[in-house]
Amino acid sequence: MKEEQLLNIPGDYTDGIDRVDGRQKVTGAAKYSAEFNLPGMTYAVFATSNITKGSIKSIDTKAAEHAPGVLKVVTHLNAPKLPGYETGKDPSKPATGGGPLKLFVDNSIKFNGQPIAMVVADSFERATFAASLIKAEYTKEAHNTDTAKSLDKAATPKGPRFSDYKRGNPDDWKTAPVNLEAEYILPTEVHNPMELSAIVANWTAADKVEVYDKTQGVKSTQNAIAQAFKLPPENVHVTTKFVGGAFGNALRTWPHEIAAVMAAQLVKRPVKLVLTREQQFNSVGYRPYTWQKVSIGATADGKLTGIIHEARAQTSTFEEFTEGTVNMTRFMYACPSVGTIYKVIPVDVNTPTWMRGPGEATGSFALESAIDELAAKLNMDPIELRVINHADTDPENGKPFSSKNVKEAYQMGADKIGWKNRKNKPGSVQEGGWLVGYGMGSGVFGAGRGRATVRATMQSNSTLLIQTSVTDIGVGTGTAMTQIASEVFDNYPIKKIVFELGDSSLPPSPTQGGSMITSTVGGAVHDACTALKQKFQQVIGNGGTDKPDYAKVLKEKNLPQLDVEITSSGSSEMRNYSAYSHSVHFVQVKVHPKTGVVKVSKVVSVADSGHIVSPKTARSQIVGGAIGGIGMALMEEGVIDHRYGRYVNADLAGYHVPVHADIPQIDTLFVNKPDFKVNPMGAKGMGEIAIIGMAAAVANAIYNATGKRLRELPITPDKVMMA
Amino acid sequence: MKQFQYIRPATQQSVLEAIAKPGTQIIAGGSNLVDLMKHGVMSPDKLVDINKLPLRGITPAKSGLHIGALALNSQVAEDKQVKEKFPLLSMALNAGASAQLRNMATVGGNMMQRTRCPYFYDTSMPCNKRIPNSGCGALEGFNRMHAIFGASDKCIAVYPSDMSVALAALDATVLIAGRKGQRRLPFTDFHRLPGNTPEIDNNLAKDQLILAVEIPDNNYAKHSYYLKVRDRASYAFALVSVAAALDIDNGTIRGARLAMGGVAHKPWRLTEAEKSLVGKPANMASFEQAAQIAMQGAKAYKDNAFKLQLGPATITEALQHAAGLV
Ligand SMILES: Cc1cc2nc3c(=O)[nH]c(=O)nc-3n(C[C@H](O)[C@H](O)[C@H](O)COP(=O)(O)OP(=O)(O)OC[C@H]3O[C@@H](n4cnc5c(N)ncnc54)[C@H](O)[C@@H]3O)c2cc1C
Repeated sequence: MKEEQLLNIPGDYTDGIDRVDGRQKVTGAAKYSAEFNLPGMTYAVFATSNITKGSIKSIDTKAAEHAPGVLKVVTHLNAPKLPGYETGKDPSKPATGGGPLKLFVDNSIKFNGQPIAMVVADSFERATFAASLIKAEYTKEAHNTDTAKSLDKAATPKGPRFSDYKRGNPDDWKTAPVNLEAEYILPTEVHNPMELSAIVANWTAADKVEVYDKTQGVKSTQNAIAQAFKLPPENVHVTTKFVGGAFGNALRTWPHEIAAVMAAQLVKRPVKLVLTREQQFNSVGYRPYTWQKVSIGATADGKLTGIIHEARAQTSTFEEFTEGTVNMTRFMYACPSVGTIYKVIPVDVNTPTWMRGPGEATGSFALESAIDELAAKLNMDPIELRVINHADTDPENGKPFSSKNVKEAYQMGADKIGWKNRKNKPGSVQEGGWLVGYGMGSGVFGAGRGRATVRATMQSNSTLLIQTSVTDIGVGTGTAMTQIASEVFDNYPIKKIVFELGDSSLPPSPTQGGSMITSTVGGAVHDACTALKQKFQQVIGNGGTDKPDYAKVLKEKNLPQLDVEITSSGSSEMRNYSAYSHSVHFVQVKVHPKTGVVKVSKVVSVADSGHIVSPKTARSQIVGGAIGGIGMALMEEGVIDHRYGRYVNADLAGYHVPVHADIPQIDTLFVNKPDFKVNPMGAKGMGEIAIIGMAAAVANAIYNATGKRLRELPITPDKVMMA
Repeated sequence: MKQFQYIRPATQQSVLEAIAKPGTQIIAGGSNLVDLMKHGVMSPDKLVDINKLPLRGITPAKSGLHIGALALNSQVAEDKQVKEKFPLLSMALNAGASAQLRNMATVGGNMMQRTRCPYFYDTSMPCNKRIPNSGCGALEGFNRMHAIFGASDKCIAVYPSDMSVALAALDATVLIAGRKGQRRLPFTDFHRLPGNTPEIDNNLAKDQLILAVEIPDNNYAKHSYYLKVRDRASYAFALVSVAAALDIDNGTIRGARLAMGGVAHKPWRLTEAEKSLVGKPANMASFEQAAQIAMQGAKAYKDNAFKLQLGPATITEALQHAAGLV
């Protein structure tokens, strides 16, 4: 079959082009970090602590050292001191500010599953076997991993964004004619992407190292490794061509990455380190257990008078991880009096990290459930309540929104799912022995634009090469960027555009995350392509056509190629606006009245995120987020046995995410109105809003079906049945 | 994972000789054993692969069906005779694991699969089944998935198979070969309760091989149903499952077969509840009474009290489906 046929490129791109790397992904040609094999490869495997707190009294590595194929066993007793590890930053700073755990620097144990030794051997199996032979004796100390039982230990974080917020008189909710106060619980959730965290490290000279790493940001990994080993950043070469999902767990550089680079230095051979699924639970972050309370009041006709949103979230004892869990409550609805309180609870676990929709995904479960509860108390349609309290300008800072079309989104979603079939009285619809209910919830996430540098090159064979360091964590960045380049270049053929990414030696882009990439890198691609076009016009001089034959121009002017490198970021005008992406999720559920089984039977997700650059990959984003939200609502929970401080479901058989049979057809709708204040494409990010608000939508639908209000996730059959 | 040997004998005799030696372990589909070896829960010195033995057939027996121990779960589930005569078994198989696993898993391996109790799986935790007298981690630990019937203080794990729940309900017999010859065992006597020796899952001796299961013909094909309540729609073990089979004549129950999964260390056959149904009208009142009888003696632990309510709910729901009332 010819390439064109496989790519299925439509004549105009209104439906969006197919994923530019789709064929590589489905044929196995795509090479993920763990798949890079270098001559002389060796394999590193961790032995981990099975106590939760204390110190290593003694560690016996003899058997491991003598096991077949073993090249090196590293523990705190013999690990080289990394020069950069001495200059630890202030541990009180928010997550990325304070350094993560440093491995093998002393004998202390801070959480269960912490690596205590690293075996390097000539095969993965031999390293695994040798690691199993390592025996440690510990001095145990009493530990605490139970956040639920430690709510009274919560403390206000040190970062300024997380101090208490207050406008008006938040306590006004208490005197409101209709009010309520409710607590919501979100358990620990683990990202669990298909691809395990993996790194291949290889020192190519005494002061030069190359790594193939699973990371969401090659530049940040480059800097972290350079800092740890005190190297000039350009001596660290990071490649990440494909990422098999990450959802935030590769946003920062974790200890295993530094350990692999250390191992490669010690054995003077390339080292591959792939975490096990079980190790993923303790090594690369998770969404922290969070307790929330929402107190909310309204007038009899539904005007909000006061909201207090409080959250207390788990963190580690050695790092203060914070996220904007309560922040959306400040600006989501027009309410004169709002208070937010956010606290963290240090327990003996590894540090949490951002997970898809960080903060808001947790916060929206509470806020959007509470709004639904209030609507029920008011005997009002929950959409109507939201419309009544629509914020026309940002209530937090008084600024206009760069764009906001949620009312339209409510309408589109309601029409599509058949909201008119919803009865306001819960438990009133039955179908074939199942209770039927509808629910909705909305999401919001900042739509900023950061700084990125892009190089655009027209090559002599008329290939348009676009280069920047950004990674594609599976969202389709390469596809969206190709499409932007094509549009700027007057529908330049997709086949002739090559988007090169995932390499630290390319012009710098930010880490992939926070729904920033389409806006940030897309904006820079747009600007670079525009600049390259202008450069061509200059070269051609007067009389240039709209669509020059670029290859011909280069040949005529005797140029090997023509290129530009452009750094761009948001305009200063942006400061006058509040910019957010919005989503509204609608679901229909069927609940079995006797067994408590919940089936999500319809999903409609509406995104209000500006112009949709790449409809196909945008749809995939929303579908993936909706599935993540269904998992969050009904299944996901990392369970720790607090007596031991150990996970009891650290695998994909025990940690449930949805399977195909759990997921109905998902309709994705886009308001698709450009917001040119954010960037020249008018596009805003949508990675996070795809999940934010979905868990509340499911919980609200379960309420509508059964009259049971479930405030603790995940909503498993037993909870529904026993409520 | 430690180093081990692997052999693939061609005859039943050589398999029997091999497994008589200590440190050996039969491997069929490997979907449970290899997992346990990777976790360090089982560490045999020698694997005896039985896939060369001619035990794959599904053939008519004297009065019923003979299903070879190496018949694949997917093969049995889709077999025409099975679907016609014992749809309950087909339903139970299809409710288990995932399509990929069912393509590997064998009937013998499925019967012999070990508990999914997390304390059994994690070698850093105490578990009397894995290491006798090391304690039971689940007793006061995370025991949402655990037993409500027939447990002991030594072990409250449940036996996870779906297939076996149906086979227990269908009065199947197990054909077993040893060096001294063959024997037959009622399916309901194959698995055992933990008592003081939870390290022993069942009554198959170490040097014996499962050859087949046989299911006698019955009148339940028209009215049977396997209902599995679980945390997601596929690829999850049962919170509670029920195999229900009824022989209904003109609205009156002539015979009934009932068994539960996810509640005990073995497939939990409910003979008293079955008896209560005989002669009764096939309606909700009869089913509720049977469910009540079925739950007698149930005992919950910290996290699984919901099973006391989910149990009867699942029984009545399964019976209603079997009777064609929903
Ligand atoms: C993620 C996951 C989910 C699952 N979900 C379910 C589920 O929902 N429901 C369910 O019922 N099952 C489930 N299973 C379990 C699955 O059914 C078993 O793994 C499978 O049936 C085992 O069959 P096998 O042939 O692969 O056995 P193997 O792994 O080869 O062997 C298992 C045991 O049986 C012994 N053995 C095998 N054949 C014989 C024989 N002929 N005679 C004597 N001993 C023998 C072996 O020595 C070994 O101890 C799941 C498994 C996994 C991994």
